[in-house]
Amino acid sequence: MSIRERLSGNEATAFAMKQINPDVVAAFPITPSTEIPQYFSTYVDNGEVDTEFVAVESEHSAMSACIGAEAAGARAMTATSANGLEYMWEMVQIASSMRLPIVMALVNRAISGPLNIHSDHSDAMAVRDSGWIMLFSETNQEAYDNMVMAHRIAENKDVLLPLMVCQDGFITSHSIENIELIETEEVRKFVGTYKPEHYLLDRKNPISMGPMDLQPYLFEHKRQQWEAMKNAKQVILDVAKDFEKLTGRKYDLFEEYKMEDAEYVVVCMNSTAGTVKNVIDRLRANGVKAGLLKIRVFRPFPGEEIAKALSKAKAVAILDKTPILNLTGGPLYEDVTSAMYTLNMNVPTIDYCYGIGGRDVTESQIETVYSDLQNLKDMSNPYRFLGLKSK
Amino acid sequence: MEINNNTPWQDMTEGGTIYDAGNSKTFKTGDWRSMKPVFHPDKCKQCGLCFPVCPENSIPVNKEQKREDFNYDFCKGCGVCSKVCPFGAITMEEEGK
Repeated sequence: MSIRERLSGNEATAFAMKQINPDVVAAFPITPSTEIPQYFSTYVDNGEVDTEFVAVESEHSAMSACIGAEAAGARAMTATSANGLEYMWEMVQIASSMRLPIVMALVNRAISGPLNIHSDHSDAMAVRDSGWIMLFSETNQEAYDNMVMAHRIAENKDVLLPLMVCQDGFITSHSIENIELIETEEVRKFVGTYKPEHYLLDRKNPISMGPMDLQPYLFEHKRQQWEAMKNAKQVILDVAKDFEKLTGRKYDLFEEYKMEDAEYVVVCMNSTAGTVKNVIDRLRANGVKAGLLKIRVFRPFPGEEIAKALSKAKAVAILDKTPILNLTGGPLYEDVTSAMYTLNMNVPTIDYCYGIGGRDVTESQIETVYSDLQNLKDMSNPYRFLGLKSK
Repeated sequence: MEINNNTPWQDMTEGGTIYDAGNSKTFKTGDWRSMKPVFHPDKCKQCGLCFPVCPENSIPVNKEQKREDFNYDFCKGCGVCSKVCPFGAITMEEEGK
């Protein structure tokens, strides 16, 4: 029996962590993810979990403690946002290169400066090629579900990569919505016990981890990480299938909303997808064949699958919730268009930088995107700004 | 498990983890040396001052508690032993002379 509740994204994430009952949680508070370790430390204090909670002095230490714990053979988790993630950046790379399946809740927030605590994806995008699996969540339900699936993916022996579950700061993390929770016993059965093949505290089989890796070796180890990322794609789908059997909720690499005959398509991630769906329903009632491709699995990037799904569109708009400072397009735009180029697909595709620093994303803004798509003539400058105040 | 300069990526261990303990013996670091300590047994009084200061444990001591010649597989030529020797039994020479 599932449990009907109403929880914020942070509450849902902390609740999933409680149900998973990891061995170690090491975290440092930072808005808007603060509530996750806060709620979790309450569970620890109440004796509702067996977890060793490490109140570290910084995010760099949070990730370092997770690395130490995971290498020792424990299941370790953390949560952070924005500058916290930037502060742990060095250790984020170490975690993936040591092939430690740490799971992190990333509540997406703008990277300062100037100082801003609201949602955009600049934090996640700054670590997008760090060798972490990255799942994005439209709602509190998806943030919860992705968290329940996370360890099965990360700890799979063909994968062994850390994984972060992303959700939009405040919009998802602090908004209370209805949610369907899974019974704790069922979650624990689904997630299973962590049984690493090799770990430091295995006294009978002593090992060394993270050794010096010079010219003859590092290249090959990076190639192994590439292979693990490739394997992750199928594992993500397999775990989603099992999850569907348990809950009835279906997950894929991305969600297609009214895409069967869609001519004008928006590609986006996280909470904006909900707004886009509302707009699509209205446009469809007026005969516009609008569709949405919402990316769930951002790393590994399902480029081929996405390009194929977009191949029949007349025009595509990519929504990048990241400041674009390179003059060649946002990360999502670059990934989608390069996947299309590789497969010889030439669909007019434009890029919108939007929602920066928590700028409100309204339905009327999304409507202008679809009307732009229907009137695309000049493709000389595909880079646009949505919701920007301009003279 | 034998991993060397020619091992393909498919045969390497994940994250470079080393499953055989005590493997540092097989990684010889003596070739980093630019200065080399030379042992003169005729001047040595076996006072025992040199081997405890060696950071690389490269001065072997036998069962009779007597030091033997240097283990050049791991000696990096730091010269600390030469400094502590009161009898001039260890001199430093340029490597590859």
